[in-house]
Amino acid sequence: MSEQLQAEFQAAFQAEVDADGRIEPRDWMPDGYRRTLVRQIAQHAHSEIIGMQPEGNWITRAPSLRRKCILVAKVQDEAGHGLYLYSAAETLGADRDELLDLLHTGRQKYSTIFNYPTTSWADVAAIGWLVDGAAIMNQVPLTRCSYGPYARAMTRVCKEESFHQRQGFEAMTVLANGTPAQRQMAQDALDRWWWPSLMMFGPSDGDSPNSAQSMAWGIKRFSNDELRQRFVDATVPQAEHLGLTVPDPELRLDPETGSYAFGEIDWTEFYAVMKGDGPCNRDRVRNRVAAHEDGAWVREAAAAYADKQARRAAA
Amino acid sequence: MTSFTSADGHGAVPTSGVPVDEGSVPHRSQAPLWEVFVRSKRGLSHTHVGSLRAPDAVMALRNARDVYTRRQEGVSLWVVPSTEIVASSPDEKDAFFDPAGDKPYRHPTFYDVPEGLTHL
Repeated sequence: MSEQLQAEFQAAFQAEVDADGRIEPRDWMPDGYRRTLVRQIAQHAHSEIIGMQPEGNWITRAPSLRRKCILVAKVQDEAGHGLYLYSAAETLGADRDELLDLLHTGRQKYSTIFNYPTTSWADVAAIGWLVDGAAIMNQVPLTRCSYGPYARAMTRVCKEESFHQRQGFEAMTVLANGTPAQRQMAQDALDRWWWPSLMMFGPSDGDSPNSAQSMAWGIKRFSNDELRQRFVDATVPQAEHLGLTVPDPELRLDPETGSYAFGEIDWTEFYAVMKGDGPCNRDRVRNRVAAHEDGAWVREAAAAYADKQARRAAA
Repeated sequence: MTSFTSADGHGAVPTSGVPVDEGSVPHRSQAPLWEVFVRSKRGLSHTHVGSLRAPDAVMALRNARDVYTRRQEGVSLWVVPSTEIVASSPDEKDAFFDPAGDKPYRHPTFYDVPEGLTHL
């Protein structure tokens, strides 16, 4: 492609993005844009399917049939979200097997939040309420992302995610209004999940060159800190409604702005968990690899059956 | 310093130092790709909702049901092998759709309607 043509395509691409238009799979796009999206969508997909594990851990021990049905539906949704996202990554030319391989070998990451253990039933409630609540804060702006297939996948995901958050809050409400022991379980879960949930938004990105580029490309709409602040402002009143205490002595409402000021986040923990030293990193990846390898014969059998049927049809 | 974005949905992930498309995995024979179309209710057309991989048409339909209609989003499903779709080229979209560009007289708004008259 001539340099002049390249410049024309680049200008047309940026004009579409600046006009809040959408880029579609077969459009010309800068290679950096494509790579940024593949990286982001793939790691988002990885987070969804790894995210099935902490809650899947409680399916057999859900406290009632109602809770079990809800939890099964939620975990199935996470698998579905992963599928929407891997499909979106494929529209950019990514290879699904390769993306899984990058996850299985630890070269691509997933959200640090899923490296924490679910040690009690209240953790399942806290994940729905806090983790999915934080996910919604991130994902709603993505429904307006400049890349069409990603934005459309996010629209579907957000509809389903709001069920996840509400069922979590409801389960939390039941515990918070239950016996003293149940109440203590709820408070303990909030104590353990609050800070990791705030870390989900990532370190401040004020001076990150990648964030500025993502914003110029219409992929990212709000800074990590902005989204985190929205989450805190939305969630603290919910905790108060539950009669639970947010584990942050520095938390206070600024009456002028209506926003909550909150304490320092321990980013050394975040980096350690991202690097692989969280409580469950090794388990999560080992289980994922085992599920993939144990399922290989199913994929092979299905392919062999399809081949046989095709041969018979041709004969 | 590693950059992170929260805009990945389910929690911040690194945006630097992460490989993409290394071609590191020998291309395994993946199940073919299918495009999925859902009729949300009788009286409406089938609409494209996404894609999935499945070894054959029957499994593609079943997977499409599980992936795209878990909440009664549809009353009818189509799955079409992605390779069977013939598409116009985005690079030629201006030239391709140009012939319609200079024919505003095809729209009713092209014509003046005398004030006060109805049913026109």
